[in-house]
Amino acid sequence: MAALTPISRKPMSLVLPTVAAAGGFFGLFIGTANGSGAMGVLIGAVTAVVLALVYINVLKNEPLSKWINIALFGVLGFLFGGIAAAIIGLLYGWFIHWFTYWLYEGRYRARLLPYLTPGQVLWHYSFRVICGAIFVFLITPVLVVMPLSFNAQDFFTFTPEMLRLDPAGYSLKHYQDFFTNNEWQRSFKNSLIIAPIATVISVSLGTLAAIGLSQAHVPGRRAIMAILISPMIVPLIISATGMFFFYSQIGNWLEATLGLNKTFVGYVKVVLAHAVLGIPFVIITVTATLVGFDRSLTRAAANMGANPVTTFFRVQMPLILPGVISGGLFAFITSFDEVVVVLFVGSAGQKTLPWQMFTGLREQISPTILAVATILVGISILLLATVELLRRRSERLRGMSPS
Amino acid sequence: MKTKMTALAVTTALVAPAAIAQELTIVSWGGAYSKSQQLAYHEPYTAKTGITIINDDSSAEAVAKIRAMNEAGNVTWDVVDVVASDAMRLCDEGLAEELDHDAVLAAAPDGTSASEDFGDLIVSDCFVPQIVYSTTFGYRTDMVGDTPPSSICDVFDLEAYPGKRSLQKRPIDNMEWALFCDGVAKEDIYDTLGTPEGVDKALAKLDTIKDQVVWWTAGAETPQLLADGEVVMGSTFNGRLFSAIAEQNQPIGMLWDMQSFDLDGWIIPAGLSPERKQAALDYLFFATDTQRLADQAKYISYGPARKSSAPLVGKHAELGIDMAPHMPTDPANAGNVHIYDYEWWADNRDDLDAKFQAWLAK
Repeated sequence: MAALTPISRKPMSLVLPTVAAAGGFFGLFIGTANGSGAMGVLIGAVTAVVLALVYINVLKNEPLSKWINIALFGVLGFLFGGIAAAIIGLLYGWFIHWFTYWLYEGRYRARLLPYLTPGQVLWHYSFRVICGAIFVFLITPVLVVMPLSFNAQDFFTFTPEMLRLDPAGYSLKHYQDFFTNNEWQRSFKNSLIIAPIATVISVSLGTLAAIGLSQAHVPGRRAIMAILISPMIVPLIISATGMFFFYSQIGNWLEATLGLNKTFVGYVKVVLAHAVLGIPFVIITVTATLVGFDRSLTRAAANMGANPVTTFFRVQMPLILPGVISGGLFAFITSFDEVVVVLFVGSAGQKTLPWQMFTGLREQISPTILAVATILVGISILLLATVELLRRRSERLRGMSPS
Repeated sequence: MKTKMTALAVTTALVAPAAIAQELTIVSWGGAYSKSQQLAYHEPYTAKTGITIINDDSSAEAVAKIRAMNEAGNVTWDVVDVVASDAMRLCDEGLAEELDHDAVLAAAPDGTSASEDFGDLIVSDCFVPQIVYSTTFGYRTDMVGDTPPSSICDVFDLEAYPGKRSLQKRPIDNMEWALFCDGVAKEDIYDTLGTPEGVDKALAKLDTIKDQVVWWTAGAETPQLLADGEVVMGSTFNGRLFSAIAEQNQPIGMLWDMQSFDLDGWIIPAGLSPERKQAALDYLFFATDTQRLADQAKYISYGPARKSSAPLVGKHAELGIDMAPHMPTDPANAGNVHIYDYEWWADNRDDLDAKFQAWLAK
């Protein structure tokens, strides 16, 4: 985007306090890590102001001062805390220099409309900072887990070796443990058996329910809807307790009367319980898609001699597919992440991955959990990316513009 | 045709009679402890009999879950590892099978009967003792200066040993230690704790360090806190500390003074079918014999419950270090031990739990 607004240099009365605030903010983190937050704020603010004055009034050479600043903070970081701190120092040196000149030269106005008031400009950037902060808060816990999963020790601790980026502090042994330990492998296999079957059941039943409930002539459909989505609203621990007693009876009957294998009955119980939890998600997403579905299409299909089943699969299903798929994804993740119900309904033979992670955390704080978490994050990203790519492809094939 | 064959095969697999139970679900505590059972008991048993063993790490909620299973008439566990006090509760409620120890357990190699070999450790008719463990303190060797703590009362000494301590979030042990360090003689601890003034006295002593206490609920927490250097000392089960020190090479030292002995062992839940009960008994006969109990001590530093196992305790299976000096029962460690009174706590637990929780919330 080209510059919209001519820019002009700003007075130091604006630049210095803002730079001081930014320096102080970063100083707060460094200071807290080293014992005193207040000292950190003070030192950060003062260095930022002093350097800004020196660069703007004395050096008067932007590219040169940029490299000086980056090198300065890189060296400082290295002296304080080794390579990792040096990298943080380099980044900070680059940022604070860029920020100083960005303010001083008035570049922050360059891409905004010329008639904006200072308040609107401030809000424009504050809004971005707030969005960025939310993003950071959401994503940091996930990111912190990843390096820790390569810890050479059996604790959730960043060891001094790790902070020095010493290869001896890292190891793949927790990944090895996950792939070789029977308990982890069995629970992983169980999750892969239970979640897809539960998803298929939730998607089939949920889609049918949503279509039925969208018909105007169904009596008491609001009440039925409320009951069907109640597993989403009722606290899980209460559903789980109820399910425990309910499925115990069913399980006893299946084992005693039909003579079915105990392990198989265990899977049936957990799959059914998870399907119940997944159905509300499917109903809600499919109902939302059905709002935009043109009913005259089904009448047109009927007019041309298609029976309801053909109409459903050939006309209605392709149009509501995005809702069905996203409902299915939610149902899958619900089952794949679920720990409370499976703890109640399942027995040890149906131990799923979240169950294993839960007991692992409680009994033995083992970084294998972090390795598994990292793998799961990877799988989730792949899964969502694949679904999104497929969706775009199908839209392209049907001549719709990707939304 | 092929589909039919598959369907037939599946049906046959499904209705295979439950009587040939080739699986045992064994409930335990997880972590290094379950691993020691896996290596010392489960794997040899599977090799000998072909019976698969499924581990369920649910001992922490065993009492509640056995109650619920019993109510629902759907007991899925075969053998359960619980602490002695839980075994007594389950036995009183009729949720665990009463056993005739001499009839169902192996005699010692020299012919001593099982009940004599286990001796006083058989604290309940339902309970088959397995290990003696202790709740004791570990401290960061690099955070305590030149004079490492040597007495339990150092835990209450914030001047000599500043920093956070981790204590278990329950009144048991903590109240006794507090009274002991407040000058109450060891033999008078439970008499004192039985009076309201005694309870106040114990809580007042705990008050002096309350600001500096991190409360834990899972045995793995204290080793983690010590490894992080977040606490300078903390209580946990001695086997956890052993594993952090000997296997993870953490800078941690043991404080054995006033270690609190406790027992852990097996029960068989009530309500199993005769075949399953027999399978569970077969396992118990195998897993609690003299050699097996001694074998477990190769993997974790808990003392075997049989007298006849003690001389067989050897070296750590992987590290090759002598295990005897790491046992809570070793004479060097057991100079001053605290024998935790199950019966007193069974009678007073609810009352003191309430007072302790109220004190915590203050």
